[in-house]
Amino acid sequence: MADSGTKDILDLDDLRAEGGLTGRRHLLSLLVENRPGVLARIAGLFSRRGFNIDTLAVGPTEDPDISRVTLTVDGAVHPIDQVTKQLHKLVNVIKIRDMDPDTAVAREMALFRINAAADNRAEIIEFTQIFRAHIVDVSRRSITVEVTGTTEKIDSFERMVRPHGLIEMARTGEVAIVRARPES
Amino acid sequence: MRAADALCEALKAEGVKHVFGIPGGASLPLYDAIYDADFEHVQVRHEQAAGHAAEGYAKASGRVGVAFATSGPGATNLITAIADAHMDSVPTVFITGQVRTDLIGTDGFQEADVTGITMPIVKHSFLVTDPAQIPDYIHKAFHIAKTGRPGPVLVDIPQDLSRMEIDYEPITGAPKLPGYQPNTEGNIKQIRIAAKAMANAKRPVLYAGGGVINADASEELRELAASDRFPVTCTLMGLGGFPAPHEQWLGMLGMHGTRSANYAMDEADLIVAIGARFDDRITGKLSEFAPRAKFVHIDIDPAEISKNVPAHIPIVGDVKKVLPKLTGEYRALAADTSRLDEWWRRIEGWREQYPLHYEETTDQEIKPQLMVEEMYRATNGDAIITSDVGQHQMWAAQYYHFAKPNRWLNSGGLGTMGFGLPAAIGAKVAMPDEQVVCLAGDGSLIMVCQEFATAAAHDLDIKVFLMNNGHFGMVRQWQELFWEERYQSVVMGPSPDWVKLAEAFGWTGILCDRKDDLAGSMKTALETDGPVLLDVRVTQNENCYPMIPAGAAARDMVG
Repeated sequence: MADSGTKDILDLDDLRAEGGLTGRRHLLSLLVENRPGVLARIAGLFSRRGFNIDTLAVGPTEDPDISRVTLTVDGAVHPIDQVTKQLHKLVNVIKIRDMDPDTAVAREMALFRINAAADNRAEIIEFTQIFRAHIVDVSRRSITVEVTGTTEKIDSFERMVRPHGLIEMARTGEVAIVRARPES
Repeated sequence: MRAADALCEALKAEGVKHVFGIPGGASLPLYDAIYDADFEHVQVRHEQAAGHAAEGYAKASGRVGVAFATSGPGATNLITAIADAHMDSVPTVFITGQVRTDLIGTDGFQEADVTGITMPIVKHSFLVTDPAQIPDYIHKAFHIAKTGRPGPVLVDIPQDLSRMEIDYEPITGAPKLPGYQPNTEGNIKQIRIAAKAMANAKRPVLYAGGGVINADASEELRELAASDRFPVTCTLMGLGGFPAPHEQWLGMLGMHGTRSANYAMDEADLIVAIGARFDDRITGKLSEFAPRAKFVHIDIDPAEISKNVPAHIPIVGDVKKVLPKLTGEYRALAADTSRLDEWWRRIEGWREQYPLHYEETTDQEIKPQLMVEEMYRATNGDAIITSDVGQHQMWAAQYYHFAKPNRWLNSGGLGTMGFGLPAAIGAKVAMPDEQVVCLAGDGSLIMVCQEFATAAAHDLDIKVFLMNNGHFGMVRQWQELFWEERYQSVVMGPSPDWVKLAEAFGWTGILCDRKDDLAGSMKTALETDGPVLLDVRVTQNENCYPMIPAGAAARDMVG
């Protein structure tokens, strides 16, 4: 198929259309110019095209002129191809990476303020140890815990403590970075 | 140098010869600089017209159109034109004055967040925060507006910054835009696969859009069509991209396209989309659009590919560069052209059975379709035609057989009524030696009739042929066909006396209400010096056919 002018057959019935839904959650890592209005352009693009952002995290990178935007989008609802192509049209977006879960390290941080009366305080402390989380604030009625890890880990911590009375929760949304290749 | 003067120098460096606009408080420093500038400022009567004139200028000439407005209402009056340029990919730069930096965010007099308001409808925008940025931003604005998929770029300049002194140095060469690198070449492997698919197709159609005009690739499209007997259809925006008087021409496709074109799309086994975007006015009911076809999609904007219709062979690139490669690869295959015989017999059958037609009158009543046919004859089919939006626009697309690109200037994507007159002003400024005729609708023209003053003041030799049916005709047609003839707010009367109105602005006004006078009055209008309005009274209740009803499939065309 690579040479020009060759007569090999191409049957139209064999052609397959590109794109479509992937059915999984995608973690997009964007390098963007660090200037006013860039986040508004990204958010505006999502809302006007009817795309939904599940999580969003923005922060500086090693280069002060460049920021990193990490966002997660549901590929079962939105064609990721179309999302990334539309993002690429924004002049301030320099690079987009659809992070492969196998080759990326992704982490999220969350703060939980949990009802902690005398009768369940010990159990919450135990969960905190099991999840390698930290207690960052304590009062007579509540404990505040900081959890770091994968989204799944934070989800399961939430499931464990919710029955005790979750007063407040704040999650950062995932940030991610590509794993270094193993030295050969 | 004062920053405002540096702005004018930067515009000069970009080759700007004309700009369109209206001054105001926040743009006083800019206009003080324009006083000494080397380019001509065309003062319009409403900022929307400045924007459409810049579009007409760009569409007729291929050069970047420029419009100026002041802050607040001046800038918001530009919005429709910016949105229009965005939808139709028109290379334009809009320069707005902004309130002083110390007033920004305080709801100051004539303050509006124009960069915020326009964010969804610009290709890019710049808010100047340091006067030294101005030359760089202007250079980048022009580069972004005219390269890749063209579009509108906004530069918003606070009043105090434009008065400050800066060191001006002309900026040349490629601007530093790490996030903007349009891919123009086209992947040669994909192009080869496309050529093979075309060689194996038995019922192929070339479907070309405005991208062919923007890329100046009509020659290249003709070459591809000539490499075999490929049938060609164009979108409303692509008209003129392929010569209408041509044996391989099927006519326009889409809602008011020909049956030959729409039926060919419906039965095609391979559709080669070239700088077109599968708009809903083309596809009709998406799930039943071209059900038997595989798609090659060539476009400079990757986001257009597989947006509405999934492509089987996507090719990202400038059609001017991709088409010659595709033609070369296709010719090298030496495909058997006789495989298309049956397809052409089918198409010929449709052509014979379903030509464009309308019922002629036996009295002096003027059918609107006849008006366009007469206009085609009167201008030898070679004028730059601008139009408004509605029935007259569709009849022009059907009956004015555009043979060359950049001759048909209309508002396709946004469908902006009132586009025609200001676009004609812009086209005439860009191409003073060409005949420029605006085919106007009476519903549209009254939205921008203040621009008669602009044409008169600048002594622009434009002709407006008003298709006067006394109605918002297309809305009336829909109310008749789909809303049980419950006519609401579609009658224009009492209309102004258009001849007197034109004369009041210093134009020549001519009335034509008899079929026998039509050719003569058009000839008179075209031969009269200066701007002329020809008010042609046409059948009031004529419907535009054929038609794919909204949400229906191509094979369900009516009329």
